[in-house]
Amino acid sequence: MKNSSLLNRIRESRLFLPLGALVLILIFDALYSPGFFKLGILQDPVYGNHLYGNLVDVLNDGAPLMLVAIGMTLVIATGGIDLSVGAVIAISGAMGAVLINPSLGNQLVSNAITARDVSNTPLPIIVLVDLAAGTLCGLWNGFLVTRAKIQPIVATLVLMVAGRGIAQLITNGQIMTIYYTPYFWFGNGFILGLPVSIYIVLAVAILAWVLVRKTSIGLFLESVGINAKSSYYSGINEQNVKLFAYTLCGLCGAIAGLILSSYVHSEDANNIGLNYELDAILAVVMGGTSLAGGRFSIFASVVGAIVIWTFTLTVYTLGVPANALLAAKAVLVMVVILLYSEYFRRFLNRLSERRAVRPEVQKGAESGTAN
Amino acid sequence: MSMVDSPDLLSMKGITKSFPGVIALEDVDFSLRKGEVHGLVGENGAGKSTLIKVLTGVEHPDTGSIELEGKPIQVRSPQHSQELGISTVYQEVNLCTNISVAENIVLGHEPHRFGSIDWQEMNVLASQALKRLEIDIDVSRPLGNYSLAIQQMVAIARSLEIASAKILILDEPTSSLDVNETNLLFDVVRKLKDQGHGIIFITHFLDQVYRIADRITVLRNGKLVGTYETGSLPRIELIAKMLGRTMTDLDAVTKSKVEHEQKESGERVLEAKGLGLTGSLEPVDLELGVNEVLGLAGLLGSGRTELANLLFGIDKPDSGSLTLKGKKIERFSPLESLKNGIALCPEDRKAEGIIGDLTIRENIILALQAHYGWFKFLSPEKQSEIAQKYIQLLGIVTPSPEQLANNLSGGNQQKLILARWLATNPQVLILDEPTRGIDVGAKAEIQKLVLDLADEGKSCVFISSELEEVLRISHRVVVMRDHKKAAEYSGDVNDQTIIQTMAGNL
Repeated sequence: MKNSSLLNRIRESRLFLPLGALVLILIFDALYSPGFFKLGILQDPVYGNHLYGNLVDVLNDGAPLMLVAIGMTLVIATGGIDLSVGAVIAISGAMGAVLINPSLGNQLVSNAITARDVSNTPLPIIVLVDLAAGTLCGLWNGFLVTRAKIQPIVATLVLMVAGRGIAQLITNGQIMTIYYTPYFWFGNGFILGLPVSIYIVLAVAILAWVLVRKTSIGLFLESVGINAKSSYYSGINEQNVKLFAYTLCGLCGAIAGLILSSYVHSEDANNIGLNYELDAILAVVMGGTSLAGGRFSIFASVVGAIVIWTFTLTVYTLGVPANALLAAKAVLVMVVILLYSEYFRRFLNRLSERRAVRPEVQKGAESGTAN
Repeated sequence: MSMVDSPDLLSMKGITKSFPGVIALEDVDFSLRKGEVHGLVGENGAGKSTLIKVLTGVEHPDTGSIELEGKPIQVRSPQHSQELGISTVYQEVNLCTNISVAENIVLGHEPHRFGSIDWQEMNVLASQALKRLEIDIDVSRPLGNYSLAIQQMVAIARSLEIASAKILILDEPTSSLDVNETNLLFDVVRKLKDQGHGIIFITHFLDQVYRIADRITVLRNGKLVGTYETGSLPRIELIAKMLGRTMTDLDAVTKSKVEHEQKESGERVLEAKGLGLTGSLEPVDLELGVNEVLGLAGLLGSGRTELANLLFGIDKPDSGSLTLKGKKIERFSPLESLKNGIALCPEDRKAEGIIGDLTIRENIILALQAHYGWFKFLSPEKQSEIAQKYIQLLGIVTPSPEQLANNLSGGNQQKLILARWLATNPQVLILDEPTRGIDVGAKAEIQKLVLDLADEGKSCVFISSELEEVLRISHRVVVMRDHKKAAEYSGDVNDQTIIQTMAGNL
């Protein structure tokens, strides 16, 4: 009895489906591309010895998406959506690139050294300005949603479109190459053999979790997402709760932008973080947070993001050409949508109920004969 | 005409339906004749809703048979039941408020011309349908622009005219209608009855059952108590059958009010002077004393709820002043009111009250937590403790505080909202229709609770459509009419005076 209730609890946990999906993909990899699990130690002159392999890549490449998914989770929990995170990534990356080298058009800061270690702005200031820019973007979204009462999808569409324009203004429409080694650390560095980005994700996830679960914010986010009117009638400042979620989402986008631009050593305002908002939404949905708002789990969304990247790299390892990736992804999306459809779930439940009932009937029959 | 040998339009036999842990219906028989209004009564949880759900295909019975006009049927889905000619108008209007009245009425059956929707014809059809209910409104406007009462009538028009129902199920249709609208509805019901329709009428208003029903079926705890001709069942017996007990609970309420009246101190808590909002409420003067229950009577749309919303800060007044214990209230919002010790249990339990997908525990601590703010978080243990306390205090029936609020019955949901506010220890409690749509037993409990609270030194504003209830528990009664205060009476005023005031004759 205790066993079955534990099983039920695992099954009802928000982590169950994304973790299940992850395990399925990994099993698939174990069967069809065992090389996927190969890990090695690379002797890196810059960052020291560190692990390399597909699994490490999943975490490192997936880190920006995980970050965005964390912010998106909070926004979706309130019943909203943030389409602008990709644009926020672009703005954050552009700020970084310009602060390192303000001369637009790829002239080096100093010709003396190939400018490898020269930046026009100290690194901590770059990071702070980046994060501030993203936070400001989030505040703007939150302002439109809560004060101007614009529907979230429309309100964030504004920045989704305008944001890349702003990023292009910052970079003067150029693809900027970044020459500043310390900046590369965020996307390429390693601590204790593991990518720096993973530590950043872990820190942000834990901080976000503490912020929402060890205060009443999490409860208010869910309450507002389920029934904003009732929440308001109960004395919850519904507008501030939403503002908080959008702002934090902007901040997460900015961190993701920092890592992404650092990873690729450049800033392309048109393409950096492209479609991240949609992948993030997919990750959040996989994590069991309903798009209608309400109950959410930050860690489940992170696992959702990991699933997306494991899937992506699996597809690559199988040798599927890059232009077929989207088609393959479509299959993933279909499966996710099916698994989360009320109807399909009821169908599965009925199946498992039938299986559960049968042994009991037999047991009943046995005890009947015993009497 | 096979109807001769089978006079029953509908016959349900031996219906049993169980859910995990509960038997919702046990071997229940129910029959409906042609041209009959059949009242279905029972306390919450008696099995009325489940019986209706079985009939409309929402739930499938474990055992039992259903015959429609002598032919056995199996209702597969709500859609299938509509195709069979069984239509339901629910307690909570489930139409789309953001599309036009006409679209709501013909939804799914839109008239077409040249392959596209014929909007003109649609509007004509819809307004004809409504005129047959003697309602004349602009059907091209969004449904949400109209009152709940009109929305209800639209729902009825839809099932009558479009689904061409043989059997019409009215689930608490009058709970949001005022006296005139109820009369109108009953006229329509009688007309339908004469045309040979069968009508199942579910309500908590027993006088309405006696006005319109030919037969009454009583359910209790999922079992059939019996089916009776209305004329042969005195009301007191009906109530006894519903409750399985007598009316002593209600007597107790009256007694406690009498005892209480001697205690009144006359000290003022809340005072409104010329409080009003253009387009919503004309300036109102109001006083509320310690230990006092102030009844707010009035028809639907008379300004009762508008007044409550102003007092609680949902709406911001643009004239007059509101003073709490001698201090003028400057800022109006639910959060400010919460901090000031004013609480509101809103009229629309589902939309404005409970957070359905949160647990009972979370619902109970919600307002208190809102008071404490973001960073003074009640620990899970403290939350459970508070939840347990109020579950016990108010007698909320639930297996666990971790159940979702959605799973509670109407009466328990109402108690839940009350618990949420009591946990904040308010000085002034505004209750807007706290007993709407809940059963007699729970009603008496809530009335008693309100009096107990007043006894402990709190002040209550009690709003209800049921005059008898307002009179039973209020020490003073304010009558609202046409968005203003019409009169104020002491608690021993008789109901005729109030009815006359409500109607505008006094």
